[in-house]
Formats: sequence, C-alpha cells, structure tokens
Amino acid sequence: MGKAELPLHAPGTQLDKGYIGESVPRPNAQRLLQGRGAFTDDLRFPRLAHVAFFRSPYAHARIKKLDFAKALKQPGVIGIFDGRAVAEYCTPWVAVLAHLKGIKSPPQHAIAIDRACWQGEACAAVVAESRTQAEDAVQLIEAEWEELPVVVDMEEALDGKTVIHRDLGDNICFKRELDTGGVEEIFAKADVVVEDTFHFGRHTGVCVEGRAILADYNAAEHSLTVYHATQAPHMMQDIFSRHLNIPEGNVRVIAKDVGGSFGIKVHVYADEMATAALSVMLRRPVKFVADRLESFLSDIHAREHRAKVRLAVSKEGQILAFDLDDLTAIGPYSVYPRTSGIEGNQVVNLTGGPYKHQKYKARMHVVFTNTNLTCPYRAVGHPIAVALTEGIVDLAAQKLGMDPAEFRRKNLIADDAYPYTFPSGIKFEKLSHHKALDLLLKITNYPQLRAEQASLRKKKIYRGIGLAAMIEVTNPSPAFYGVGGARISAQDGATLRLEPTGMVTVMCSVTEQGQGTEGIFAQIAASAVGVSIEKVKVITGDTGVTPYGGGTWASRGAGIGGEAVLLAGRALRSNMLDVASKVLNLDKAELDIAGNAVISRLTQEKKLDLAELGRIAYFRPDTLPMDFQSELTVTRHYTPRQYGFTFTNGIQASLVEVDPDTGFVKLLKHWCVEDSGTLINPMLVDEQIRGGVVQGIGAALYEECLYGPDGQLLNGNMADYLVPMSGEMPDIVCAHIETPTLQSQLGAKGVGEAGTAGAPAAVMNAINDALAPLGARVTRMPFTPERILRALNKV
Amino acid sequence: MEQSLSVTMTVNGAQVTRSVPARQHLVDFLREELGLTGSHLGCEHGVCGACTIRVDGEIVRGCLMLAVQANGCRVDTIEGLSDSKELEKLQAAFHRRNALQCGFCTPGMLMAAQDLIRNGKKATREEIRAYISGNYCRCTGYQAIVDAIEEVIHG
Repeated sequence: MGKAELPLHAPGTQLDKGYIGESVPRPNAQRLLQGRGAFTDDLRFPRLAHVAFFRSPYAHARIKKLDFAKALKQPGVIGIFDGRAVAEYCTPWVAVLAHLKGIKSPPQHAIAIDRACWQGEACAAVVAESRTQAEDAVQLIEAEWEELPVVVDMEEALDGKTVIHRDLGDNICFKRELDTGGVEEIFAKADVVVEDTFHFGRHTGVCVEGRAILADYNAAEHSLTVYHATQAPHMMQDIFSRHLNIPEGNVRVIAKDVGGSFGIKVHVYADEMATAALSVMLRRPVKFVADRLESFLSDIHAREHRAKVRLAVSKEGQILAFDLDDLTAIGPYSVYPRTSGIEGNQVVNLTGGPYKHQKYKARMHVVFTNTNLTCPYRAVGHPIAVALTEGIVDLAAQKLGMDPAEFRRKNLIADDAYPYTFPSGIKFEKLSHHKALDLLLKITNYPQLRAEQASLRKKKIYRGIGLAAMIEVTNPSPAFYGVGGARISAQDGATLRLEPTGMVTVMCSVTEQGQGTEGIFAQIAASAVGVSIEKVKVITGDTGVTPYGGGTWASRGAGIGGEAVLLAGRALRSNMLDVASKVLNLDKAELDIAGNAVISRLTQEKKLDLAELGRIAYFRPDTLPMDFQSELTVTRHYTPRQYGFTFTNGIQASLVEVDPDTGFVKLLKHWCVEDSGTLINPMLVDEQIRGGVVQGIGAALYEECLYGPDGQLLNGNMADYLVPMSGEMPDIVCAHIETPTLQSQLGAKGVGEAGTAGAPAAVMNAINDALAPLGARVTRMPFTPERILRALNKV
Repeated sequence: MEQSLSVTMTVNGAQVTRSVPARQHLVDFLREELGLTGSHLGCEHGVCGACTIRVDGEIVRGCLMLAVQANGCRVDTIEGLSDSKELEKLQAAFHRRNALQCGFCTPGMLMAAQDLIRNGKKATREEIRAYISGNYCRCTGYQAIVDAIEEVIHG
C-alpha cells in the first residue's frame, strides 16, 4: 500500500489525504526562533534553591571523611548533605532486566556512600540561594580519601585481576552467547575467511542544553512537581514516586522545551534523583543544571567497544557465516532502568542484519570499569553493529576483487523474502534493501564516482567511496523493556478535544525535543479530523495532562504516538459527525468534514461550520435530542505488538578525500537512502537524518572521551572534545523508499536514529577505500589524522 | 565578600542600572538579573556559541565577557532583535526550512548569521559554513541552517 492509498480520510471517501507527506513548517518553532522558549533553566520560582555537587576527583576511592564545617559557613548556603543523609529520602536502585539473563549490578545511591567508583560521581550536595554560592561552598568541602585500585581498560576488567565490586565476584555485568550451530564447520571449509578487530571510541551526546531538573515539593500536599529536561515524563513519574516514596498520583513531571536529548535524557541520573530528594528534604524548589564540565563527567557515555569479527565467504561472493566477539565497558554501575546491557545486546542482535546468511555465532561481554557510566545513546548499538558488519563485508569484497556495491547486491536479503527471521532471532516485517541500493547507486551516480576516483588516483589524489547498508530498530513493542520488568510504557496515547471555536487540542504522551513530534501530530490530527493545520494546538510533556505513555526514544514517536493521534482523530471526526447529523437532521453517512466545516459527502457543499457545531454542542445542547450526548473529547492508545520491533532499512554512502601527508579527511558528500514507511513530513525527516548523519560523522572522525590509566577524563570540555561543526560538514543528500508498516493505519516507522546508525560505517569504508592503494587500513574510531598517519607508517 | 559594582547599559533599547558582582558574566546578568532567558548557556567556556549576543554592534560570547565590561555599552539580545523585526527575514527562512530542531542553539546561531548578513557581502555557501562554525548545533546537521542563511543573503 503506497501512501496515496492510506486511508487518511473518513472510510468510504476519497477526500484529500490532508497534510500527510507535506513539508509543513513546525508551529512550535516560532517561539524558539524568538528566544521565547521555556527551557528548564529559564523557569523562575519563589524560594528557588540551587544545588551544586561535590564530585569525586578520583576514579575509585574510599571516602574516609567529609568535613562540611567551612563550607557551611559560606554566604547563602542552605544545607550540605552526604550520601547517607540523602539515602533517608531516596532509596537506591539496581539496574537489571529479567530478559537479559544473568545481568548484575550493585545498588546505586543518589549520592555515593563510603566509596566513589568513577571520577565525577557526586559525593555530597551543597544547596544554596544561588548556584554561584553553592559552587563556592563546594570548593571548601574537605575530604579525606583512600585511593583504591582502578580498572579502566576493558580487557583488564574482563581478566578480573582487580574486581571493582567484590560482592559481585567479577567485573562482568552481562554476557550473552548466541550460536545457530554449524558455524565452525562453515569457517573450516569456506573459500575465503576474513577477520578484523574494530575499536570504537567511547563518546557522548553533548546536548547543547545540559541536563536540567527543577523539583518543587509541596509539603502540605506531599506532592512533587518536577520540571525536567527528559524524554520520558511518565517513566520518571514512576521512578520519583517509588524511590522518594510519594504516591504516583502526587508526582507530576513536566518536560518544557528540551535542548537536545539523543537518548542522553532518558536515563535516571543519581544527581537528578538527589535534586528531587533535596526538594523533599528542604521543602522548597531545588534546581540542578549540569554545567559543561560535569556533563562530560556524568552524562551517560556510550559505544566503547572492541569487536572481533570473522566472515566466511564463498569464492562466488556469497556470505556464509558471521562470527562476532564483542567487548564493551560500561563504568561501575548499570544505568537505571534501561540497563547498560542493552547496547551490547543490540550489537549481537543486529550484526550482519542486512544479509541473507543463516549461520551466526556471537559472544559478548559487558564489563564494569572505573569510568563514567554508559547507556543507550542515539541508535543504541547500531553504529557498532553496522560498522563492523560493513567493515568486514568491504574487506571480503576487496579480497575477492569484487565491487562493494555488487558484493552487497549478491548478499542483501531479497525484497520479496518477507516476513523474514534473521539468525539472531529478530524478525523483519518488510524491508527494501535492493530498492534502496538501486536508488543509492542512482543518486550517487556510482559508476561516475568510481571513474572519477580512478582518474584522480593517477594524480595522487586519494578519494574513497564507502557504503553502509543498515537495519534499524524502530517502534519497539513491550519486548524491548516491559517484558524484562522495567516500568517503561510501550504504548502511547492521544487525547483530542474539539474546542467550541472549532479548534482541536491534541494531548499526546510522546514528547518533543526538537524532532518535530508536535508538528507531525498537528499534521496527523488536522488530516484525520478534517481541519486546517492552524486550527490544531498540540500539548506534550506533562504527566498531569496527557494520556500515559513511553515518551520519545528508540525512534518510536511518529510510529506509535502518531498512530494514537490518528486513531483519536478518526474517532473525534466520527463523534463530530454524530453531532452534525443531529443538528442538520441528516443521515451521518451523508456527511463528512473538510476545510473546517461539515460538508455533504456527495456534493461537497458546506453544511455547518465547525465553530457552529462547537457552539451548539457546548452552549446549546438543549437544542439537541434528549437521548443524545455529544462526546467531543476522545482518547485512543496504540501499542505495536505483532513484531518485537518494526525494523527499517537504509543505505548510506560517503565520499571522502584523504590527504596522505597530513592524515586529514575531507568529507566531500554524503548520501542516505532510507525506508521509514509513510513519510509524514519529508522536510523534518530529512533534517533528522542529516543531524543523525552528522552525529555519526562525529563518531567516525572526532569524538572520543579519553581516559588516562588512572581513570581521569582527559578531554572533558568542549575545547578538547571535538564535535562536528558546520565548516567541516558536507552537504547530505537524502532519498526515500516508502514501505509502510501494515501493523498500523498510519504506516509510519521511525527515522530518528538512521543517520547515526550508518554514517560511521560509511565514513570508515570510504577512508579505507581511499587508503587501499597505499596499503593502509584503519579500524579504530575516531579516525584522527594521527591514526591515519600511523596506518600509513608516517609517524 | 565579593565586590559589587554599579553598571549602566542600554539593553534592547532600554537603559538599565544595576549593582552587579564583579565576577558575573554578561549572559548571567541578562538571564538572572533582567530575565532575558533567550540567550542560552551551553558551555560557559566560549566554545558553543549559544550565548552569542551583540555588544556595541559586534557579536560576542556572553559567557566570556563580564557584565561590568558592558558598562556604558549597547547590548542587543535575541528578544530585542526579534521585537525590532531586524531578524524577521532570517527567522522566517529558518522556520520555512526547519533550520532548527531543539532550538537551544538557535538564538546564538541567528545572532551569528545576522552578523554575516549585516556585513553586506554576498557570502558563498562555504563562507557561510565557515562563519557559523563557532556555533554548535547538535540536532540539524547544519545543512538547513546554511540553506536558510543562503536564502536570505541571495534572495
């Protein structure tokens, strides 16, 4: 079913499909453009107190003594609290999930008690009348420490000579093995076996807005209102309620404007839990905004992996089997409530995903280290899985002397093979790898790129073309977290209300952090009800207002929240026609809604303004039949359940030029073909993809949290931790295939993570393609000039 | 005790006088004292550009200048340049092309872009990219921002 056939109008009519597929500008962008947004740090409250944290300077140390005497005398200081004091109000958590068998982690407290396990862990909280005063007082806390042995390197962590948490017995948080059987036999007989080890630098999200929380406890009501830069307000409501022992109904979480999140703001942070606890303890509002230095030390990190991968291939170029051994370091605690096992688990699930081999063996270890915590960040596990899949696939093509595009065409799962179960157990509803590859080769003008590359090489200009096919998890079902016991909603809801003036208010549990969710919900609601888009107002991010739901993560907002809005919109339309039928004394089947009016389905003639319908329904219901009650507020929910995940697919290409004298990589152009089902707003989709690609380029070329052997973060500031800036970025061409999911009526799959998933692999393959004639190869991200020069034996 | 000094400056056309701590940064003064929260703090060490404002006609990082250094100066922020409609075309182009997502970097980005537009040169795409390369945007991938600025410069 193509998008033109989607039933985005009342059943049985062929009225306009509305705004679906239109590049409508986002209504909520206007306030942000004028500096009139309301980010958490912009809010002003009476008696607002500010917290600053005394953080451990050591990666692993016993806290022998904390002396607050001098700090307490500082101007403006309201109180200073250690871990024990805060623990009386906030219970600790253990981040494990039942479906990640054997995962273990010690209890984590809001403020460390007795021992700090990473540099930057909060060990005391200073609350003062201003943040400046709180920071001044932090400097005067006197601490006595006993340094403990530090585990930084993940191979050392796996060896387990030093165990971070003695009670747990070893440093292994989680391990997983998967074996379809028959893999070793295939490797023993295969014509060609290629093997390589890939390293991925630990990096982080760098939201331009730091983490921010303002907790406002009302002692009279024993209620807590939390203004929180979060992606998941209902999840946080549940967590504040349970860990602070406040009834769920007394906790309200409000996410105002959020300045970027990318998965960083969907986790439980100890310092944020402490802030909420401090508000309860002090019976006044308390705010914490992470400054940039503490963001680097305490925002979750991600993607530190060492993965060895082997591929067995026939001489005709058929992939026969994958063999993976992955190791990842997560810091001293698994992060609550998603756990830090998910990223490695996804690497096992997804590696080799686009290809049709049936034999697969994987081994994966997640280990504790004395570095900052890691947890899902945009495209969880995908950049690792795609890079090592596509890196080894390119190596095999090179060894066989085959063109990488041709090699992929031979091995990608056929477009008519669905539904399809991949050897790791994941199921694909309907993918379009071959269509995507064909489109990519067309928009890149691939043969011409190759011809240019060949002619430039004669002039010693080293260009490379890198491809990266990918699959991506979107629209997750309860199989992602709920089945493991996490109280994370896989369903979302939307309430639509017709206002008396004929406007429509939408309240949805999916949140907005800039992706444009509120914009697309307005498009869907306007289309489903039959009103123009300026008549729709969307409210998100408030547990006191919206239906219950999961929020924004795992590329689920459009596919799940959007479907709830569509269903609610259709129901509201039907209820509005019930009213119109009574007012007009006409059969409901003869009526429809378009252009802000009830019209005749047959003649399209306007019958009743929606403002008039609203006036009668709300103010003159006495004129309606006695047995009729209008219902102009409706709520609908949606949960994807037929598949664990609604997979999407895509393919990217990167064109780079490597300077063998300096090791610099110039990005010339980047392409992404993506199949995310029904496109609701192509402009927003394209900019989501581009932003994702640029984050992926950051992983490939610039970004790495560097730790010294003592567990000290060496580059935790924006001057030393590099992210992509406009000057280095290429133009990025996006193109689309639309294979709507048939699980929903909207047909939308997710798209927020596609760019990030594939870009590192595409750039890596492009660099290695450029370096191939020089006999060099790089597999350790980020590919800094130094690493490239080392590969060329020039330094 | 920290020293406070009296400063007088013209902020978005209106004269304000306040006693400010000597160490207070200009952007903190605007946000905390004047409630002008449109200028954002992204790094507080002069890298991200989210606090970009205009002082006596030149763009500066509000986190690298002290409030007392602005004594006697004319300061313009996103709120003022929005109300005066100076940014109207640029804001419309950003809106039309979705040259923002979360919007946190946007006020600073607009201040930097408008500075380029004001110098009157018909900047190329590469020059636009270079000019805003001191302003982080973690959401968009920059392309729509460059497109929007290009549209305003070249019509």
